[in-house]
This record gives sequence, C-alpha cells and structure tokens, in this order.
Amino acid sequence: MTAVGVRSQVAEHLDALGRSALIGYLPVGYPDVDGSIDAVRTMIDAGADVVELGMPYTDPVMDGPLIQKAVDSALTGGVKVRDTLRAVEQVAGQGAPILVMTYWNLVLRYGVDAFARDLAAAGGAGLITPDLVPDEAADWVAASDAHGLDRVFLVAPSSTPERLASTSAASRGFVYAASTMGVTGERATLGTRAEQLVADTRAAGAGRVCVGVGVSLPEQAAQVARYADGVIVGSALVRTLVEAPDAAAGRAELARVTSALADGVRSAR
Amino acid sequence: MSGRPSVGPLSDKLLEAVAGGPLSTHAGPYFGEFGGRFVPEALIAALDELDTEYHKALTDPAFGRELARLHRTYTGRPSPLTEVPRFARHVADGVRVFLKREDLNHTGSHKINNVLGQALLVKRMGKTRVIAETGAGQHGVATATAAALLDLECTVYMGEEDTRRQALNVARMRLLGAEVIPVTIGTRTLKDAINEALRDWVANVETTHYLLGTVTGPHPFPEMVRDFHKIIGEEAKAQLLEEIGRLPDAVAACVGGGSNAMGIFNAFLDDPDVRLFGFEAGGEGIASGRHAARFSGGELGVLHGAKSYLLQDEDGQTLPSHSVSAGLDYPSVGPEHAWLHDIGRAEYRPVTDVEAMEAFRILCRTEGIIPAIESAHALAGAMALGQELAGWTGDDGHEPVLLVNLSGRGDKDVATAAAWFDLIEDEPVVLADEGEQL
Repeated sequence: MTAVGVRSQVAEHLDALGRSALIGYLPVGYPDVDGSIDAVRTMIDAGADVVELGMPYTDPVMDGPLIQKAVDSALTGGVKVRDTLRAVEQVAGQGAPILVMTYWNLVLRYGVDAFARDLAAAGGAGLITPDLVPDEAADWVAASDAHGLDRVFLVAPSSTPERLASTSAASRGFVYAASTMGVTGERATLGTRAEQLVADTRAAGAGRVCVGVGVSLPEQAAQVARYADGVIVGSALVRTLVEAPDAAAGRAELARVTSALADGVRSAR
Repeated sequence: MSGRPSVGPLSDKLLEAVAGGPLSTHAGPYFGEFGGRFVPEALIAALDELDTEYHKALTDPAFGRELARLHRTYTGRPSPLTEVPRFARHVADGVRVFLKREDLNHTGSHKINNVLGQALLVKRMGKTRVIAETGAGQHGVATATAAALLDLECTVYMGEEDTRRQALNVARMRLLGAEVIPVTIGTRTLKDAINEALRDWVANVETTHYLLGTVTGPHPFPEMVRDFHKIIGEEAKAQLLEEIGRLPDAVAACVGGGSNAMGIFNAFLDDPDVRLFGFEAGGEGIASGRHAARFSGGELGVLHGAKSYLLQDEDGQTLPSHSVSAGLDYPSVGPEHAWLHDIGRAEYRPVTDVEAMEAFRILCRTEGIIPAIESAHALAGAMALGQELAGWTGDDGHEPVLLVNLSGRGDKDVATAAAWFDLIEDEPVVLADEGEQL
C-alpha cells in the first residue's frame, strides 16, 4: 500500500500465519538489558508472533503507570539507545519479527536515516511511533523506504475519516488501532469502539489493522482476534516481570501469561 | 541609530523571515524549523478543533468584547507602566528603565491573560472540564480562578516536589475548587506534570480541554498563547509613546517556556531598532550542568509536542533542569523563541540564581516592589545590559530606554527569599509541644 517494491517483513509474517497474531510488548532494559533479552526470547517461545520492543524514554506520554515504572527503572539502570539495537540483534531471526516502539526524540537525536540503517542492519522489522503522526514523518518515510523497514502509525477513536485514510496510506506492516481513548494499561472491558475503529480503518484503505491499548486477558484477546489482524498486549506482560520476586520467576509467569494469551488468540474464529 | 551599536548586519535568515510577512503575525505550525505537532494521533482531532475555534473566535467581535471586558473588570488591565529611577541607577548612569507591571494583575502574574482567553474558548467548544500543569503554581492558580469564574471543572497536575515547595499555592487552588494531583513519577517537577496532563487529555479529550500555560506544546498552542499575551507589549508600547513619545531601545523579559517574553516582544518584533533580550535560568552556572539554559546548553529536539531547543543527553533523553525559580525550570523553550534566536531577531542569555536573587533584593530595596524570582531574572539581565546600554545615545541625544516585563509578583517567593537571604532566625517557630522555649 506504500512505496512500490518495499517488502514488509511484518505484513508477510501476518499473512503467512493465516490467523490473528499475538503481538507482545516488552521494554529493553527491564529488569536489565540481558534480562529483557531473555524475557523477549521467553515470550517468543511461549507464543508471541510479533515482538514490540520498547525503547525506554524519560517522557512516555502514551504509557500508563505500569510501563512508566518499568522504563523508569530501565533508565535508572543506565539503558542506552544502543542497547535496543543490540537487543534487536539478539532476538531477531527467531520466528517473530521485531518492531521497535519509540518516542520520536530518541530517533531524531540518533539521526533518522542512521537509526533506520542500524535498525535494519540489526535485523529489526520497523518502528511503532506513538508520538509521530504521518504529517511530521517525511524523514522517517524516506528512511524507512530506503532501508526497507515497516512504519506503524497509530489511529484512535477520535481520528477523522480523512486521517484514517492518510494514516493507513502512510503505514506499512499494519495500522495500530488504539482500542480506546487513553494510555496503555489493563482494562476490565474493551468498548465496542475498537471493533468499529478496525472496520473504519479497513474501509479507509488499511490492509492490516492490529488492536492495542487495554488488552490484557485471554478472553479479550480472543474477542479482538475475531476482527483484528493482531492483538497487541503490553502492560499485562510487563506486570509479570514487575511483580515477580526474581528474574526466573518473572520469566515463568511471563511464559504462562503469554501462552494463555496466545491460546486466546488462536481460539478465535 | 548613530552612537548606538547597531543590531549588526541583518542575517540572511532574518531577511528571509521578514520577506515572509510581519514577524508579529507569523502563524504555526512551524516557526522556521521549530514547532510542529509531535503528539499521539488521539489528540490531533482536538488540536484541529481548537485551531478552528480559535480562528473563528478571532474574527468574532463578541469574543473580543467579552475578553476585553474581563481584562478590564476582572484582571485590572491595562496594567501600569512604572518608571523605576532608583533601580535604574543599578543598571547604568543615564539609562531610563520602565517596568510593565504584570505583577499587578489579578492572581499575581501575566498568566491570567492566556487563561481567560482559553477558558472562553472552552465555553465556545462546549467542553466542561479543563486540566492544566503547573510548576510554581502561578498558571495553576490562574486556571483554577478562571474555572471558578466560568463554572468549569478543573484538575491541576503538579510535580510532588513542587507541591511541597509551593504548598501555599496548592491550598489556593483547592480553595478555588480545583483538584490538585501530585505527580509522583520521573523528576516529579513541571516536565512530569505536563506528561501527566497529556495522558489525562488523551483519555478525556472529548470533554476536556488542556489549558496549556505557555508558548510551547503542539500547534496551535505556541501561536494562540502568544496572541493571548501580546496585549502586554501592545499596552506597553502605547504607554511608552504617551509617556516619552518614542519606542524603547531594548526590551527585556525572562524566558521559561516563554509566554511573558513573547507577550511583550510581539508588539516590537517588526520595529527593527528595538532590541529584544530573553533571559533564561543559568541556575548554578552553565559549567555546573545545573541550569535551564536551553540556548546555551540545549540542542534541537522534541519534547511535549514541539521541536525546539532542548536540554537532552547524547541519547535524546530529557535532562533535568535546575533553577531557583520554579517557573523557569523547564528543559525546553517555546518554538517561536527558538526561531527568533535562529534568525537573530532576539538574543537569549543566561542569568544565574545568584544574579537573579541580587536583582530581586535591589528592586525590593530601591522601588518597594517584590518581584517574582522569575521576573528577577529579567531585572538581573537588565543590570548586566547596563554598560552596553549606557553607550547608546540616539540621534536626538535621548537617554537609552529599557523596558522590562515584570511578569509576576513575589508573594509566592517570600519563603525562598527568606531562606536565601537568611532573614528569619533559625528557630523562630514556637512548636506546640515546646511552647515554653521562647
């Protein structure tokens, strides 16, 4: 749907699955860099189809308290942008495409083209950019085309039909539909707006639409998987690590929760 | 201009900017390469709505009349222009200094100008709730005030550190009916309060307006907040013309986010003979790393929706800022200031905590005016400019004239100043359980 000749690693992976995908978020550097790499591997082994690897940032305005706490701890621990590229290198090629989720200033500071080049070299599939709308993304569109990376932009229930169309046209891989108005976090119920938003985004031209923000339970994952190309889960996975008494216990709980969510997604028909 | 150091050869960038039309009416989203909208998609519709409603209101005489009525009958505008000859002796011999008295506005600072404008827009948009961030509490108090006046629900986010340092302003906001939420993540200061306000806005954007307090943030905030404050410079210009029959040679203001400075600069942007000076917080000195000097120590970056100068580390993580004045303690600066710096129309210099407190003391003693510590940075900057100014004699032989924006009053800073100058005995308080001590 975008630049001719640029293949999408994530779109091809989603298409090959032939079902809705489980997309799991974890931040780099929590509990430490190596621990986060181990956790991502655990998550892939337990059934995550795509990885959303969060790059810790001091001012994460789209994230709720749980993820804020984890990235704050990662930053206090001294995590660097280069650690994310190293983590990508360590977890790529294990059956799940790796998308990096980042706030824009970190990429701007690194250099947009340089970051795209190094992310591609590390084996990354592309970026999810919560505070970059396509209107401001000319440099990133050019760099992602040049280095063959996916660019996942977000849509929200407040997006106008015109913006659903322009955002869909600018995205490659999938469009990230924020299920509800709000920041990341677990919610007991998902409104009906998510399903409507997915339908509207498809109607506006999106090839693939995945749903995130607020999905935490296997039943919710199953419900979303019936209408979306992917189910994005973050806080519920991060919680397993935050609340664990030690790293090994955290990974065990992470595996259990990921597996239950993966079963939920796979049960959808 | 003879006898006065000229602004220097106009930069190509300035000539290019001026060719684009008057500087004073420059519209967003971009000011040169600065500005923009680096925010979640969820907020774009609300920003578009705000932009549309704002421009409709600009051409609606009823809106203009209502805002003018509030300025006159509620805020107490026009604010006076005060010549301060005893203070001027500390600037330089022969220099005349005038203060624009925004400290005399209702609620104690210039902040009310923007708050009333935005609050009227909120009513027009049919929203029922406002949220705001605050550092020292001045913008929070102004917002809580307007919310009470116009019957709006109000939530103010304030870093936990700041709620402790400014407990009195927390009480003021609560008296006015606002909910004050201490923010306990990150550095627990203004920057984190803005993060939390943005998160609230994302979740409640349908009913809620984010009443942003300065000329930063995503478009249209920098342009709109500037426009609501430009009355400061317009009044000052008219008052000076009436008083002395001419324009000032230089205008000085403090710059945190930059709203009071934009407010007083705007009316003079297209008068090339008027030099504009912004004074930012040099904290404990640039070399110490503990400062909020974005023009001396910052580089291009994005924070809170706008591209501008930013204090950041090599990775692009926001660095904590420092200043004795909470209102200047912010790691970025309004994009229009970044542009004025870039094109050479305004000059920005750091003022240290020590210099600001000395100017604070001098104004108190010479003129009987206790300034906000923020505004004391502009006074200190004026004192530093003194020797340069003293050499400026116009064609008509007039004395150099300096206009300083006194953006706020210092009542809120009395505790800080008392500690700084050691004005109160070590154990002045009679504690309940040791009442016999004194």
